[in-house]
Amino acid sequence: MPQLDVTTFSSQIFWLVVTFIALFLIMWRVSVPKISDALEARQKRIDDNLARAQELKKEAGAALEAYETSLADARAEAQNTLLQANAKLAEETQAREAELGEALTKRIAESEANIAAALNKAIANIHDVAIEVSVSAAQRLTGEAPSVDAASNAVEVTIKARR
Amino acid sequence: MAAGQSPLAQFEIKPLIPMKLGEIDISFTNSSVFMVVTVVSISLFLIVGMRRAQLVPGRWQSMAELSYVFIANLVRDTVGTQGRPYFPFIFTIFMFVLVGNLWGMVPYSFTFTSHIVVTFTMAFVIFIGVTIIGIVKHKLHFLTFFMPPGVPMYMAPLLIPIEIISYLSRPISLSVRLFANMLAGHTLLKVFAGFVISLGIAAGWLPLVFIVALTGLEIVIAFLQAFVFAILTCLYLNDALHLH
Repeated sequence: MPQLDVTTFSSQIFWLVVTFIALFLIMWRVSVPKISDALEARQKRIDDNLARAQELKKEAGAALEAYETSLADARAEAQNTLLQANAKLAEETQAREAELGEALTKRIAESEANIAAALNKAIANIHDVAIEVSVSAAQRLTGEAPSVDAASNAVEVTIKARR
Repeated sequence: MAAGQSPLAQFEIKPLIPMKLGEIDISFTNSSVFMVVTVVSISLFLIVGMRRAQLVPGRWQSMAELSYVFIANLVRDTVGTQGRPYFPFIFTIFMFVLVGNLWGMVPYSFTFTSHIVVTFTMAFVIFIGVTIIGIVKHKLHFLTFFMPPGVPMYMAPLLIPIEIISYLSRPISLSVRLFANMLAGHTLLKVFAGFVISLGIAAGWLPLVFIVALTGLEIVIAFLQAFVFAILTCLYLNDALHLH
């Protein structure tokens, strides 16, 4: 059995020690740091990306909140403007109504005055005619013409009584 | 290989370059060739694979990282964070045994892990190293390793010898396990390969099929034994660092 040939032991042990130490030094100084660097870089990159994603998410949340706040503000403002416009419109309408009412009252008053004047004029006209009629009627009935003054008085009294 | 050669002939050490260090023979042999090939191929695998380390690894980088992470997890799970300084050594042990075993699976190659002197040297160095770590870390307290706390005193005469024997047999079991696996596997392959020739075309295909299956099994064993060697090293290290 070649495994029990003691004469080969020294060279096997020697080369085992040499090659193993060489491999260990290469591993320790080159291979292991190289791989661990690559793994760490990857882990760091992943962590960084995760942190950045978290941050971006937070930022997006803040932006959404700001957007919602501004939207709510805008809505409130619009509501406010609408209310003001309504109030103003109502006020204007009321003012115009009042003005119109005033104008109408004035017109009515004017018209009434006109009517009164026309009535007076008509009454005056009737007064003259009535005096004439009454004078000529009295002359026909009595044969004698009453004085104009008396007729006028009588007409006046009658008109007053009729009114 | 000529027919009729012993199945053990594959384990013969053949000096290629005779060398001497004083009176000691340190000839460069076929075993040394495969040790050097193993070291070179591991270094190429890990360094060339990681030459252009990328964020998203390619095939070779992936495999290099996978082997690293595999052993890093093994050390972390068995030894804990205190095992970190020893990681390069355990990674070296694992890769050296694994690649040595795998090179041995190439026909006409030589399996240096099939020699007890090689496996025993590694196991012995691990044993001595772990013992020194234990003594340096725990001073005289390390002796409680052989007398765990909470054991009744009257058990001591029985327990302490058992513990000491089991501790001393560690390098033997560690080295014999690897050596015997490699020896048996390669011998079996060789024996069945002999059957292929002697049975000829008529029935030779039967052992041939068996050899194919056995080669697959041997590759699994090559990996498994490297893993067992590394995990036992970790467990011994864990005992030394944390006692029981």
